[in-house]
Amino acid sequence: MTCKTEELLISLIAPHLAECRHICVGVSSPIPGAAAQLARCKSNDRIVVNLLGDFRHNSFTSGGQEIFDMAGQGRIDAFFLGGGQIDGQANINLVGTGTYPQTDVRWSGSFGSAYLYYLVPNVILFREEHSPRVFVPKVDFVSAPGLSPPEHHRVGGPKCLITGKAEFSFDPIAGRFTLVSVHPGYTVDDIVQSTGFDFDMPDDVPQSKEPDAETLALIRGPVAEQIRGLYPVFADKVFA
Amino acid sequence: MQQTKFLSVDELVTMVPDDCNLAIIKDDSSAPSEAVRALIRRGVKGLHLLTVPTGGYPSDLLIGADCVASVETSGVSLAEFGPAPRFGKAVKSGKIVIRDATCPAVYAALQAGEKGLPFIPLRGVLGSDVAKNRDDWKVIDNPFAKDGDSDPVLLLAAIRPDVALIHAEKADRFGNVWVGREKEMATVAHAAHCTLVTVEEIVDEDLMASTTTAAGTLSNMYVDAIAQAKNGAWPVGLGDLYGRDGAHLQLYAAAARDDDAFEDYLQQFVMTAPVADKIKATA
Repeated sequence: MTCKTEELLISLIAPHLAECRHICVGVSSPIPGAAAQLARCKSNDRIVVNLLGDFRHNSFTSGGQEIFDMAGQGRIDAFFLGGGQIDGQANINLVGTGTYPQTDVRWSGSFGSAYLYYLVPNVILFREEHSPRVFVPKVDFVSAPGLSPPEHHRVGGPKCLITGKAEFSFDPIAGRFTLVSVHPGYTVDDIVQSTGFDFDMPDDVPQSKEPDAETLALIRGPVAEQIRGLYPVFADKVFA
Repeated sequence: MQQTKFLSVDELVTMVPDDCNLAIIKDDSSAPSEAVRALIRRGVKGLHLLTVPTGGYPSDLLIGADCVASVETSGVSLAEFGPAPRFGKAVKSGKIVIRDATCPAVYAALQAGEKGLPFIPLRGVLGSDVAKNRDDWKVIDNPFAKDGDSDPVLLLAAIRPDVALIHAEKADRFGNVWVGREKEMATVAHAAHCTLVTVEEIVDEDLMASTTTAAGTLSNMYVDAIAQAKNGAWPVGLGDLYGRDGAHLQLYAAAARDDDAFEDYLQQFVMTAPVADKIKATA
């Protein structure tokens, strides 16, 4: 591969954001943050990007509640969620493993997922670690469900899942993931071995496309500068 | 109208009763770290902690120092320094009661509190295990839905904390507090029965004297007492005034994983020296 894994992931996420007007990115999310900035660069600044926790690349002025009020009105087009566990129905678990509440492992908590997953049209699931302990048949705790019954108000949900090894799309009718591409250095068999849930795939699974020279120049130039303020350690490591 | 009191940090925290509902705001917005250290020194017990909407260093410290009986939170973590070890351990052992929430539910319930409403509806959340484990939340059918349409909506009881503990950049000598764009400080103060504030500095300028400053100000109508605490959010950040002390948070994250090391941490950084000496000790 001619670029770093982080750069590949940034370039794979960005096309999913191309049609957005407004992208929000949660805290501790350098790769999604960089992908949102790349989409913004490629849109000639038509797209608005808000990085939570950043004081410069952030237009909110009404406190932490404003993002949720905007999402409730449909003013946010894309957001990113992850999970300690993610299952084949796109349920996500940010709370812990084992029996709730005294879970064997306790993670931080559900944050805004139990709301934003329902209300933001394009939720991109992102988790760099691609292993059977993350991608499980059934999550131990549903912080936010991938699907809701038809009577529940739901305009948002998962569009795709991007990991350190592969990219999947999500079909909300079938309630299943489909393998879209495998990153350089991995095989379809690697993906099957590292994924604890069943998924669909075409007969021929392509390799994930590496960023072209123009995209890499944007990532290493303006994008790197725009996220350096919020993620100095990440920027130094990837863009040194 | 009440007169805002000006106190030392140790005096301020005597106004936080044992067993009360205490609200504190997320790290890097308004984390009252020095006030929390003073609370631990005073030996507060049985707190019902509400994190607005998430918790970090001060929450983990309070939980680890056995000051907390229950916590309502959307998440407690040390962000890039990893999980909050004392929180995780206390939840796993059952030492504290956990009420898992989601960020907009905390905000909405406080907004109901500031309006004096008994409850507030919120979209989303239905069908999650977050909702299933909250028997204090209810679901009703939207009474305004079109005829015949079923539209279940979550209802949250209003939250009115007994005490809100806030750290801000500055206050004036009249008790008005500068919140700037961190308007959730105002939301929490409006909802709480008592608001206690630590600030980096107390200025002579009247923040209510011009519209420009008044627009970013929590007026003294809501402020019960103020104490000056320079670097009061340390080791977490405060808005764009100062960032996180990464070296110290790393040190904390490591210490908090081990019972004895956490006890040593409390002795070295909480029970004794004032904050300036502590910053030097890890510099």
